[in-house]
Amino acid sequence: MSSDLLNDKEAAQKAVVDWLEKKAGSKTKFYIKDFYKIFPDDKPREIKKVVNKMVENEILEFWSSGSTTMYGLKGAGIQHSSEGEE
Amino acid sequence: MAKHETPLLDELESGPWPSFVSDLKQQAEVRAKNEKGVEFQIPQDCVDDLLGVLELSYKHGRTHWKHGGIVGVFGYGGGVIGRYCDQPKLFPGVEHFHTMRVNQPCGKYYSTEYLRKLTDLWDFRGSGVTNMHGATGDIILLGTTTPQLEEVFWTLTHDFNQDLGGSGSNLRTPADCLGQSRCEYACYDTSALCHFLTNEYQDELHRPAFPYKFKFKFDGCPNCCVASIARSDMSFIGTWKDDIRIDQDAVNKYVENDPAYPANAGAHKGKDWGPFDIEKEVTGLCPTGCMKFENKKLTIDNANCTRCMHCINVMPRALKVGKETGLSILCGAKAPILDGAQMGSLLVPFIEVNPDNDYEEITEVIENVWDWWMEEGKNRERLGELIMRQGFQKLLEVTGIEAMPQHVAYPRTNPYIFWKEDEVTGGWERDVEEYRKHHLR
Repeated sequence: MSSDLLNDKEAAQKAVVDWLEKKAGSKTKFYIKDFYKIFPDDKPREIKKVVNKMVENEILEFWSSGSTTMYGLKGAGIQHSSEGEE
Repeated sequence: MAKHETPLLDELESGPWPSFVSDLKQQAEVRAKNEKGVEFQIPQDCVDDLLGVLELSYKHGRTHWKHGGIVGVFGYGGGVIGRYCDQPKLFPGVEHFHTMRVNQPCGKYYSTEYLRKLTDLWDFRGSGVTNMHGATGDIILLGTTTPQLEEVFWTLTHDFNQDLGGSGSNLRTPADCLGQSRCEYACYDTSALCHFLTNEYQDELHRPAFPYKFKFKFDGCPNCCVASIARSDMSFIGTWKDDIRIDQDAVNKYVENDPAYPANAGAHKGKDWGPFDIEKEVTGLCPTGCMKFENKKLTIDNANCTRCMHCINVMPRALKVGKETGLSILCGAKAPILDGAQMGSLLVPFIEVNPDNDYEEITEVIENVWDWWMEEGKNRERLGELIMRQGFQKLLEVTGIEAMPQHVAYPRTNPYIFWKEDEVTGGWERDVEEYRKHHLR
């Protein structure tokens, strides 16, 4: 059974965005486990579904080294342009 | 004429072995000539530049590739690995040179038609350079630009009925041996299980949810041709419960050196090893000494057999795996980044392989392990490291598996026992008044 916060899709997404924006000064990429702190009462699999939905909706984006994957707000931190692609 | 001078790389062609440098030079030349008239979608000289940047890395003693990136295909969190060169002015052809991982078919069965279509696509939209196969088992397509990623993905999924593989903090592409499709030793249908779990766990494969990578590998028998025991977080190795089947007549044919019964099915026949000696080559090499050959009869103390497969491999016409087959599950193998390399530890000695109930017994173990690791695993911590940190006992607890002798690898080194309340008759609760009747304060 998921928490009320996680069940309310809009509130859950807002909580994620707010948390990421708060952190934006020091960090832009986060491990999946970092999101567990936003939903302390929920199971990892349920949190993963919300966060991945946000990637699908282009609110978040993945960053991958090839071995590890991290999540960040779309457009935040190192982007294509800084990699010389734009 | 090569675009870049590569004296250091040229050294790698001087030995007696096949060289990837020669392969790359050949590919650079094929692209330069373009006899097939391919309308290259990425720079024609990208392979020349690949050789150039590698030569520069050798010269400098450090890499000129940046670390990772945000590229991918829509909806997938894996399968594409962003690779960018930090010397784009010198080597514009590999300024962005991403890797794509393609989910190889079970048992790596291909038709030539499929391989030709795949390489044609990669010549057209990529560098044409492939790695068949990567360590995880995938088909690796090396080198393309960001705009080509969705195009390649569309063609793979729509025209080739082919998915991308796993990368990053995902379930990696499951890999298996040929299994029962070709091998008489296989104790279960590895391809069927590998295919089922690949489909069952699509979400885990494509949408990162784990603390780090997670690998499944499937071996049909304890010969472990896929080396799942060393290369996967969760290894599924075929085994049997009953006795090794013995054909005594065939055993004696081996002993009599009948030419129709060559040892190891003739695998070592290139050299004269002398006449076959069952004592020296089979019973004397049994790791538990559970076999003997007396009065023309081979006997095996099956209770002490550890399924090493040696006797079966040497005399395949005489010995066969048992009839009551299933698999063992081992957990926690990994390469040496933290705490050194580890082999898998036996978690489930025997489990039924039942496609009729969608392998329910197996998926239950998998999901219990995942729930624990997702909850307790630290960032970038492999399952094997979590098992070391919290203890194998904890793994047994979360999977609801009773400890049994097969779990014991060596005698205990820790003298402390911490009981849980439900493990102690009567629990912790005590009636203080009753106690005080017999023990004064």
